[in-house]
Amino acid sequence: MAFSLHGVHLPHRKNTADTAAVAMETPKTVTLPMGMHIGAPAVPVVKVGDHVDVGTLVAEQNGAISSPVYASVSGTVKAIVEQLQVNGRKLPAVVIESDGANTPDPAIAPPTVTNQEELVEAIRKSGIVGLGGAGFPTYVKFKVDPAKVEALIINGAECEPYITSDSLTMTQRADEMADALRALETHLGIKKVIIGIENNKKSAIAKMKELANADPCVQVVTLPAVYPQGGEKVLVYHTTGKVIPAGKLPLDVGCIVVNCTTLACIGQYLKTGMPLVDKCITVDGSAVKEPKNVIVPIGTAMEEVFAFCGGFKEEPGKVLYGGPMMGVAVADLSAPVLKNTNAILAFDQKDAVAGKETACIRCGACYNHCPFGINPVALEKAYREGDAEAMEKAGADVCMECGCCAFICPANRPLVQNNKLAKVALRDARAAAKEKEDQK
Amino acid sequence: MESKLHISVSPHIRSKRNTRNIMLDVILSLLPATAAGIVLFGGSAVAVVVTCIAAAVLSEGFFNLIIKKEQTVNDLSAVVTGLLLALNLPANIPLWQAVIGSVFAIVIVKCFFGGIGCNVVNPAITGRVFMLIAFGSMAQAAFPVDSASAATPLVELSQGNVPDLLELFLGKNGGAIGETSVLALLIGGIYLLARGVISWHLPVAYIGTVFLFTLAVQGDLTVTLAYIFSGGLFIGAIFMATDYVTSPSTPAGKLIFGIGAGVITVLIRLWGNYPEGVSFAILLMNILNPFIEKWTPRKLFGGKKA
Ligand code: SF4
Ligand code: SF4
Repeated sequence: MAFSLHGVHLPHRKNTADTAAVAMETPKTVTLPMGMHIGAPAVPVVKVGDHVDVGTLVAEQNGAISSPVYASVSGTVKAIVEQLQVNGRKLPAVVIESDGANTPDPAIAPPTVTNQEELVEAIRKSGIVGLGGAGFPTYVKFKVDPAKVEALIINGAECEPYITSDSLTMTQRADEMADALRALETHLGIKKVIIGIENNKKSAIAKMKELANADPCVQVVTLPAVYPQGGEKVLVYHTTGKVIPAGKLPLDVGCIVVNCTTLACIGQYLKTGMPLVDKCITVDGSAVKEPKNVIVPIGTAMEEVFAFCGGFKEEPGKVLYGGPMMGVAVADLSAPVLKNTNAILAFDQKDAVAGKETACIRCGACYNHCPFGINPVALEKAYREGDAEAMEKAGADVCMECGCCAFICPANRPLVQNNKLAKVALRDARAAAKEKEDQK
Repeated sequence: MESKLHISVSPHIRSKRNTRNIMLDVILSLLPATAAGIVLFGGSAVAVVVTCIAAAVLSEGFFNLIIKKEQTVNDLSAVVTGLLLALNLPANIPLWQAVIGSVFAIVIVKCFFGGIGCNVVNPAITGRVFMLIAFGSMAQAAFPVDSASAATPLVELSQGNVPDLLELFLGKNGGAIGETSVLALLIGGIYLLARGVISWHLPVAYIGTVFLFTLAVQGDLTVTLAYIFSGGLFIGAIFMATDYVTSPSTPAGKLIFGIGAGVITVLIRLWGNYPEGVSFAILLMNILNPFIEKWTPRKLFGGKKA
């Protein structure tokens, strides 16, 4: 490979590394939002008062890019509410009151898979979405012409501080990963599997090397422990040397990227037929008393998970879905654990407040640390001036919002926020230009 | 319901670096050169350093007060400007001139353009050049008490005399307060590199260019070394040219800046009217900087081929 992309060295803070996951007691209620994935929201198929078991279909997918939702506890549908999501969308959510029995749905049985179509359908039915963070429905990635796929890349980078749930998957769920790989190799004709792991995760690397020894298609590539190795384009580049052009997908360069936990969940579904109903998540952050990896029914309120981890040392000032670099801050501790939640972090007041924003000193640190060579200062200027062409040239489309630039900035400038605004402005400008074009 | 939780856009952690501690690093890195200057030139050097820093900080403070701008003296950048200017002045300069130079550097070159990060040229360099033009007295450099010579090494060199290399390296020769001791400047430079405040590209390109160009013209290694150890080359290349605001961001840009400054420095030194060309060279490259920045972008990953 040519050379390593730029990035930043982060404090790792993997306090929960190599600790076994503990299952949480069943919560009294779970709230299952309809938009736990990228794409069209799912549509509820249950009514208030219906009885559901663990794994009963609660909402069917809607459209080509969407994903079904299953009950994560057994009990009664208590309500279907409208809920504000962190992205600002208002969507229905199904609230289930648990009967405490956790009875599995009797209809659950392992799927029969004899070809690609059945495999894709099985993955669709499993309700699995990209568990590394983005939540893109996984089956869509495999609904492809197998001839176009050169390599399947398994994302085990886990480059965000604090989070260890993916490493735990690799050390504890290697068998399920191997099962899933076998199915994908057989039915999609995948001949090359690359597992990318940051070089500081020794036990995960050892376990995955065992897996690779047993399967000639699989190889393990260790990645430098420089954030962000887990970004899709970064990972593809560092494992295959291929550059994904701006606005293109991994498949355009013959790659499919799947997170390691997503893969393990596919393996589990193929074996048991139990859809995605729980999630192993890392619970950590300066405000959390006992950081842990916890297996949580999807839809459990964050506050209950924090309570399970000994509660808070002090009133938290900031609570996140996901890691500190790309995670999303929530306004309310009643927010549920989602399918694609890999961590929930709570920070004390001191860590919650960002440093004061000061004038840019043109140090170039943001520019030199951006993995993609974007100059956030130029982008900010282009955005302020409303210059769409300059925004495009500065790389508004290329930015993956990894946060390296804002992390490193000595002036504490809100660079990711600017980049996001620039992206929206550029999209609007393009839409406006197109409309003008169409009117002619 | 009012939420007590902070909502902000990612990232939620920041590096420990801030403007103030970067400036503090620059100040620390200049301490060896400052100490060397005080040892060599005595109490008058202390007076110049204190005067310049005080004038720089006070003028920035007053300027902000008058135009009702948020106070910025805490970021220590005015201290850096004052200190750098002082180190570029001879110890025997009249203090009122030092005050005028500092106020000029801060108010005209920095504050008028919008404060930190907005200046077009380096304040300390510009302050020095202004003084050089405004007060001819600048040309009379100070000399250490036990100095054997009564001319600055660059003047000696232009007359065909080669000063002792070791003395030059240690700084026992005439010149500005902080520019004479190459050793002290190198220690500061290594500190800045180790702390990641600057990268090697610009200083190495600058000093390397002066070295190669001088060697090509003079054809003698001792003479060439004497040239690069003399005058303001090291302080200029390590501390002044690397100013963030007025030098390029990318490694390629830094190399070009360094090479350009090196060529101009030698041209002035060997064929110009002034014995020293570092300040003019950096000032000129400051002015060219926006163009260098423009022509040396980083390649956008997966971006359209330019
Ligand atoms: S500009 Fe975008 S891609 Fe580059 S460092 Fe910043 S957030 Fe990451
Ligand atoms: S890192 Fe911050 S201070 Fe430095 S150039 Fe970028 S925006 Fe300006």
